[in-house]
Amino acid sequence: MRISLNDPVFRAIFWQVVVVGTIGFVVWYLIANTLHNLEVRKIATGWTFLDREAGFAIGESLIEYEPDHSYGRALWVGALNTLRVAAIGIVLATILGTFIGIGRLSKNWLISKVCSVYVEFMRNLPLLVQLFFWWAMFQDVFPGPRQALEPITGVFFSNRGIKIPVPAEHWVHAWMGLAFLAGIAASMVVGRWAAARQAATGEQFPVLYATLGLVLGLPFVVWLIGGAPVAMDWPVLRGFNFQGGLTMTPEFAALLVGLVTYTAGFIAEIVRAGILAVPHGQTEAASALGIRRGKMLQLVILPQALRVIVPPMTSQYLNLTKNSSLAVAIGYPDLVSIANTTINQTGQAIEGIAIIMAAYLTVSLSISLFMNWYNKRIAFKER
Amino acid sequence: MAGIPATADLRPPVSQIKALDWLRANLFSSWANTALTLVVGYVIVRTLMGFIPWGVFNAVWTGSADECKAAKGVGACWAFFPANWRFILFATFPYEEHWRPALASVTFVFLYVFSAIRANWNARLVYVWAGGLALIGVLMFGGVFGLSFVATERWGGLVLTLILATFGIALAFPLAILLALGRRSHMPAVKTLCVAFIELIRGVPLISVLFMASVMFPLFLPEGVTFDKLLRAQVGIIFFASAYLAEVVRGGLQALPKGQYEAADALGLSYWQAMRMIVLPQALRMVIPPMVNTFIGLFKDTSLVLIIGLLDVLNAAKTAAAQPEWRGYGPEVYFGISLMYFVFCFAMSKYSQQVEVEFNRHKHR
Repeated sequence: MRISLNDPVFRAIFWQVVVVGTIGFVVWYLIANTLHNLEVRKIATGWTFLDREAGFAIGESLIEYEPDHSYGRALWVGALNTLRVAAIGIVLATILGTFIGIGRLSKNWLISKVCSVYVEFMRNLPLLVQLFFWWAMFQDVFPGPRQALEPITGVFFSNRGIKIPVPAEHWVHAWMGLAFLAGIAASMVVGRWAAARQAATGEQFPVLYATLGLVLGLPFVVWLIGGAPVAMDWPVLRGFNFQGGLTMTPEFAALLVGLVTYTAGFIAEIVRAGILAVPHGQTEAASALGIRRGKMLQLVILPQALRVIVPPMTSQYLNLTKNSSLAVAIGYPDLVSIANTTINQTGQAIEGIAIIMAAYLTVSLSISLFMNWYNKRIAFKER
Repeated sequence: MAGIPATADLRPPVSQIKALDWLRANLFSSWANTALTLVVGYVIVRTLMGFIPWGVFNAVWTGSADECKAAKGVGACWAFFPANWRFILFATFPYEEHWRPALASVTFVFLYVFSAIRANWNARLVYVWAGGLALIGVLMFGGVFGLSFVATERWGGLVLTLILATFGIALAFPLAILLALGRRSHMPAVKTLCVAFIELIRGVPLISVLFMASVMFPLFLPEGVTFDKLLRAQVGIIFFASAYLAEVVRGGLQALPKGQYEAADALGLSYWQAMRMIVLPQALRMVIPPMVNTFIGLFKDTSLVLIIGLLDVLNAAKTAAAQPEWRGYGPEVYFGISLMYFVFCFAMSKYSQQVEVEFNRHKHR
């Protein structure tokens, strides 16, 4: 190897040393400054603050939480709240987005126009403005509990949030959940078995119906065995507020509605692009082969459309999760909001931001890993 | 010839009645379609019947907060905007000097429109931008030509949104090109650093980057050196935008046929020569539409600086709506502000669609 910048190998090593050296120096300089500044400001670094008493109340929590619990537990409450709004949001946004995406392709002029207008509006307005809008609807427009709007019997909109009736608590519900999980596991086994049998004998098995039957049927059977409880827990006005039923706080409802309607606009475009991406020749070829319409969707169109849809769809799911951090602006106690309060109270800025970043990175990176696996699985296998 | 009916037996096609034909084909083609049209039409009409009296006929368009109060629940309070427009557009900028941010905003819009015209896509564009941004800097800071100095703490309103978005994308652009090239580099150390930066930024929400900029940057700097909140937020936005833009640029680099890279090598061009003269001009041209989309995203995302306390146009409106006499008109306020964002973003997105069509014209036959 010649020691000359004209030698490619030496040049590559030289520049990498320069780049790494420069960045290393800058990082070292910043860290040195930070350590000095922390010393001057008498801020102790470390994670001990997580065990200290938080001292602030949190509006809503999935686990038990009191102000005398620790910061660590408060942050955990926040993380669960983020996951809660993200999980519900993803499901609802997918449903709404798929309908609107298909609606935009409708031959019905009115439907396709309505869907187009929806998509254009949602994509061109900042999410934060939409969140403030919904939040203001609860604050300024919806009446107090006594005059609550009741669009559907039992569902109440008031400035205290949304109230929905839910099935009254019953021991069979837990078993139904277990049966649901068991149904998923069983349908996976059935799917494997059906694929193996089809590979071996060519006989087909109605996997879709079997899956639906197992996943929905098993909980239903368990519900029947449990005596088919139909009692509902209705929200009832008592004094100045409602009791019973499921409560969605104004913060949660505004965040959820905002996230769902916003993300659905993007999902609609992805679904539309995915459907348009399947060339018409594929449909024609399938009908030339004599494949029935339902089978055609299942065997020819969906597998190809999903290949286009799934990657951008996961990034939308990720966006929704990241966007749920805007909760801090309307006061929903998500991870960012609670970490922010923690930073303000303890001054542990570095640790607080590290927690936020680590949490979101964990979610992002695991979804990327899943995506890589999925892309490999569905990639065209050229032989 | 039994199969072909005599022409005299044919009835005139219904399609001669154009409007009716259109209605039948697009709205009432089948029973299901007819039902859908009727249901959706009914919902739209009902919604409009509820909204129009409130939003138009009974609304208070100009006047005082008292008139709005009198109409509360019956009509919308659009009078909020005429009464507060100066605060929304200019926020806390000194009142007598409002013409300066106004002129700066006009300059921004001029720069956008100027850059959108393809006849201007040449070297002159760089000078126009340099001149425009210098003019904006002078107008905003002052301190020269007899203009009084205005500290960045007093900047706000629409011009702040435009500054954050424009400088965000303009300064992120060179960084993004370096990151994209680095990510495709054959040098493992450079590649790793670029991938780590891009994925780190893309993996976290913008808020956490802004928090970092607002509370952690001061710790990074040597003692005694401070730089103001606006600049910190701007740096955070530039980092954030550069990671997303880098992925867009990488898309262009990957879409370029390999023959172009090989041809550049065969001509004996060095790496930077090849990038500057062969690869980037083609790759960047290809990604103009997604770049405009990134800009739209960034323009919308600048509203997040509200969370770290900067008075951008959304925060100015929110602050104005929190005055005691104007409380309770949130839906009207945010509806109005969203229209303003919509005008900017919709124009940009239509433009990017148009450019995309023009770029792909050669593909159509």
